[in-house]
Amino acid sequence: MSTHQYKNNGDAPRIGVYICHCGMNIASKLNVAELAEYGKILPNVAVSRDYKFMCSDPGQEMIQKDIQEFNLNRIVVASCSPLLHEKTFRQAAADGGLNPFYFQMANIREHVSWVTKDFKEATDKAKALVSAAVRRVAQHQALEKKRVPVHSDVVIVGGGIAGIHAALTIANSGRKVYLIERQPTIGGHMAMFDKTFPTLDCAACILTPKMSAVKNHPNITLWSYSDVTKVEGFTGNFKVKIKRKPRYVIEEHCVGCLLCVDACVFKEPKFDDEFNLGMSKRKPIYLPFPQATPLTVLIDPETCLQLKRGKCKQTCAEVCERRAINFEQKEEEIEVDCGAVILSTGFKPFDAKRVPEYGYGHYNNVYSSLEVERMVNASGPSQGEVVLKDGSKPKSVGIIHCVGSRHAKTNKYCSRVCCMYSLKLAHLVKERTGAEIYNFYIDMRTPGKGYEEFFDKLLKEDVNFIRGRVAEVTNWAMTAKEEGKLIIRVEDTLIGSPRRIPVDMVILSVGLEAQADADEVRRMFGISCSKDGWFTERHPKLAPVSTMTDGIFLAGACQGPKDIPDTVAQAGAAAAEALALVDKGFVELEPDTAFIKEELCCGCRTCIGMCPYSAISPNLEKGVAVVNEALCKGCGTCVAACPSGAASQNLFTDEQIFEEIEGVLTYA
Amino acid sequence: METETMASNGKVMAGEKPMKYFYYPGCSLKSTGRAYEESLLEVFKALDVDLQEIDDWNCCGATAYMAVDDMKASALAARNLALAEMQSNGDGAQIIAPCSACYLVLLKAQKAIKEKKEKANVLLEAMKNNGLYYTGKAKVRHPLDVLVNDIGLEKIAARTQKPLKGMRIASYYGCQFVRPYSTFDEPYNPQTMDMLMAALGADIVDWPLKTRCCGGTLTGTIEAIGQRLSYILLKEAEKRGADVVATACPLCQFNLECYQDSMNRTFEDNLNLPVAYFTQLMGLAFGISEKTLGFERLFVPLKTKAAV
Repeated sequence: MSTHQYKNNGDAPRIGVYICHCGMNIASKLNVAELAEYGKILPNVAVSRDYKFMCSDPGQEMIQKDIQEFNLNRIVVASCSPLLHEKTFRQAAADGGLNPFYFQMANIREHVSWVTKDFKEATDKAKALVSAAVRRVAQHQALEKKRVPVHSDVVIVGGGIAGIHAALTIANSGRKVYLIERQPTIGGHMAMFDKTFPTLDCAACILTPKMSAVKNHPNITLWSYSDVTKVEGFTGNFKVKIKRKPRYVIEEHCVGCLLCVDACVFKEPKFDDEFNLGMSKRKPIYLPFPQATPLTVLIDPETCLQLKRGKCKQTCAEVCERRAINFEQKEEEIEVDCGAVILSTGFKPFDAKRVPEYGYGHYNNVYSSLEVERMVNASGPSQGEVVLKDGSKPKSVGIIHCVGSRHAKTNKYCSRVCCMYSLKLAHLVKERTGAEIYNFYIDMRTPGKGYEEFFDKLLKEDVNFIRGRVAEVTNWAMTAKEEGKLIIRVEDTLIGSPRRIPVDMVILSVGLEAQADADEVRRMFGISCSKDGWFTERHPKLAPVSTMTDGIFLAGACQGPKDIPDTVAQAGAAAAEALALVDKGFVELEPDTAFIKEELCCGCRTCIGMCPYSAISPNLEKGVAVVNEALCKGCGTCVAACPSGAASQNLFTDEQIFEEIEGVLTYA
Repeated sequence: METETMASNGKVMAGEKPMKYFYYPGCSLKSTGRAYEESLLEVFKALDVDLQEIDDWNCCGATAYMAVDDMKASALAARNLALAEMQSNGDGAQIIAPCSACYLVLLKAQKAIKEKKEKANVLLEAMKNNGLYYTGKAKVRHPLDVLVNDIGLEKIAARTQKPLKGMRIASYYGCQFVRPYSTFDEPYNPQTMDMLMAALGADIVDWPLKTRCCGGTLTGTIEAIGQRLSYILLKEAEKRGADVVATACPLCQFNLECYQDSMNRTFEDNLNLPVAYFTQLMGLAFGISEKTLGFERLFVPLKTKAAV
C-alpha cells in the first residue's frame, strides 16, 4: 500500500455521507431518508445518500463512483459497528482512489437502532453521530501502513500432544521449529494414559511414533527439561530466552542403554517415581518411562549422592562407555529468534485433597483418575493390574464424576473430559477385575463423535449409573456387610432417595485446572487469562487460536479443558495460523499508533511506565520518549497520561476528537 | 477450605499487645452445661489467660429464635456484642463464646452488621436509642480457636502434667461451629479438637462422623428421630474403641449423654459411653481435680482408669 499513489481531490474537504438501511435492521427503527437529507446540510458535505446495504458490492461501487463524480476526498458511512465493516469501507475508499484513512464510520446500528425504542429519539441520536463523524473526518490525515519483515522460525512452548502435533505440522511445511518442554520428556499427559476414548486405541501406540518423529525431524529442535525465561519483541520478530536445566548427562552422547541405571550405587529404586505419580520407585539416575523422548537418562540432584554430598563411587559414570555422564554440567541459557510462538502448556489435574469429604489422602483405596490411568497401563506401577493397597483385586468400584468441577467451592466450569474418561476407566477396570462398577454422575456429557455410542456400550456392559452428586466417602460401616468397605453416600436423584453404596475402591474423576504458573506465563507472553486461569483466545468463535498479542497462538488444554481430538485439531489450526504469519514474510502494522512530538516532550517518562505493551523507551541523547510503532497497539494510554501534551495518536489527534465532540453537541 | 470473609477473626498478631478476652456464657453454661463453664474457667486460669464475663449479658438470640424472628434474634445478639465492645473501652474485645449455638448466632449478627447494610442500619439505630454502640471491633471467637491459634498447642502441651496417655478420644464437633462459617477450621473434616487432644497425650479416634447432627432440638420435639441420630454417633464411636466422646457444645453433650438409657431401651443395646467437654479433658491433663472440673455432673462417669 505504501507504493500506492492516491489521487488528490483538493485540500478542502469534500465529504460523501452514506446512510445504510442494513435491511430492516436500521431502516425500521429510524428515519433513514431524513438522516440522508440531514447529511446534506452538514459542513463540507458534497453528497449524502441512503442505501439498503452499503456493504454490498453495489453499495461499495456507489462510493467509488461518487468519489469520481463529486471529486470526494472524505467518506462517512453510517451503518453497523466498525468491528464488522470498517475494513470493507476503507478498502472501498482505497479502490475509489482515496487514502483509506480518509474514512469515518458512524455506528447507528449497535449504538442506535438496536438499543433505542423511540423512532424519533433514534433518528435524533443518529443525526448527532453522523454530525460528529462529518466534523471528525474533515480533520483526518492520510496515513500509511508500514511493513515489517517476519522471522520464519516458530517457537512452541509445551511438548504434549498439542505441541507435538503443531511442531510436526509446521516442520513438515518446511519451517524450522523450536519445541520447548519443561519435563525431561515430551508426551505430556497423553503419555500417561493407557487407552484413549472412545476407540480404546492404545495411547502410547498412537503417541510414541509422533514423539520419535519430533526427535528425528530435521526441522525440529527439541529442548526438553527447559524453561522459557524471557520473551521480547513483537509479532514476526520475537526473541525467546530459554533456560536448559542440567540433566548431568550429555544428551548428544547418551543412547539410552540404561547401563548407568543398573550400575547406580542404589541397588533398588528408592525414590518416588514422578511419572507413576509416586506409586512406584526410581533411582537417582533414571529414564522417566521406557518410550521417553529424548531417550536420554537424567540425574535428579535432590537424590543423587554425588550431587548432594559430593561423595559417591560414581559407578554410573564408570560404566558409561560413551562418557555421557557429567556431574559438572551447568544450567545453560540460549536465545532464539522467531516469527511466531505457539503456547501449548496444557493443564494440571485438580488436587482431590481440596475436596476432603471424598477422603483422598485419608483412606487407602481412594484414587485419583490419573493414578488409575497409570495403574491400568501395562508399563505402569502394577503392570496393568488394578489392585487395592493390600494387593487384592477390588470386587466393587465407585467412580465419582465432577470432582472439583461444576461446584461453586472449587471450579464452576465443566471439565469436559471427565465423563468420557470415567466411562473408559469403568470399562477398563471391569475388564481387568470383573468388579461391580458404580458411576456417580450429575449429567452425562458425551458430545463428541462416537462418544454417545461409547456411553451406550458401557450401559450394556452392566456398569451401574447413579445420578447424584456424592456427599461423602467414609469408612463408617452401619451393617456387617459394609464392614471394611468404603461407603459412598449419595442422593440418588432418579429414585429420589439417599443411598449408601459400599465399595472396595473409589476413583475420583478429577477435573482439569490451569497450570499453577499460568499467570506468570501469561505475563511473559503478554496475553490474558480468564478468571479460571485459562489463556484467553482473541475471539471464542472467529479467532479461537489467536491471542490479543499478534503472533502468539494457543493450542490444547492451556486454553481450556479439551480432549485429544479437539486438542489435535486446535494444534493444527494454531500451526496453520502461525504458518500464515511467517510464510507471508512481512506484517502490516496498523497506523493508528502513538507518536511523540519531540519539541513538547520534557522527558518525564510518565508514558514509559504507563504503556502496557512496553512500546515506549527513552532516547537518552535527546532526552525524549520514543514510540516503537511495531509494538504500539494504539490504546492511547500514553496520550492521556502525558502531562505536556507531547504524546499524540494517529486517527485520534486532539483536533479530531474535539471536532467529533463538537459535532455531537452542535447537531441541530 | 473456604475462607469466609470473617477470616479476620482478630488473631493476636506478633508484636501486638495481648488482647483481653471477654467471656459470654450464654444460658447453657449457667444451667445444663455447668460443667462446661466450670472446666473452661479452670483451664483458662491454668493457662494464665484472663477471662472477663460480659457484664449484664443477655440471651444470645438462640438458633431457634433466629428461625422465628431473624431481626429480633440479631438484636439480642448485637446487644451482647455492643456490651463487650463498650466494656473494653473500644479496645477491640475478643468474645469467647463456648456454646456452639451462641457462637453461631453472635457470628451471624457480627457478619450481618458488617455486610448487610439495611439490617445493620436497623440494628445500630435500635442500639443507639438504648445508648449502645458496636463498631465491629469486638469479635466473636470459639474457645478452641483461641486455645489452638492464640495460645498455641506448645504452651498447652507444656502445661500438661498428667498426659491422657492411652485414653482414646473421639472428638465430636457438632454442626454449628464450622457451618456455615468456617472461620478457623475445615468444614468437612475439622481438626482443632483432635490436635488439642493429641497435644494432651490422648489417642485420637479417626471417625467420619465428627460434624454429623446429634439430633439437636429434635430430641425435645420428635424424640425418636433425635435419639436415632445421637445413637448412630455413639455406636460408631464405641465401635471404634473410643473411651470417651469429647464435645464442644452443651446441646450435643446433653443429647449424647443423658439419653443413653432410653437409647438402650429403644435399640436394645448396652451403651455406656462417657461424653465430656473437651475442657474437662484438658483440665484432667492439667492435673486439676475432677470435682473442680464438674466431672461429678456427668451421668455416665468417665472411666479414668486409662488416663490418670
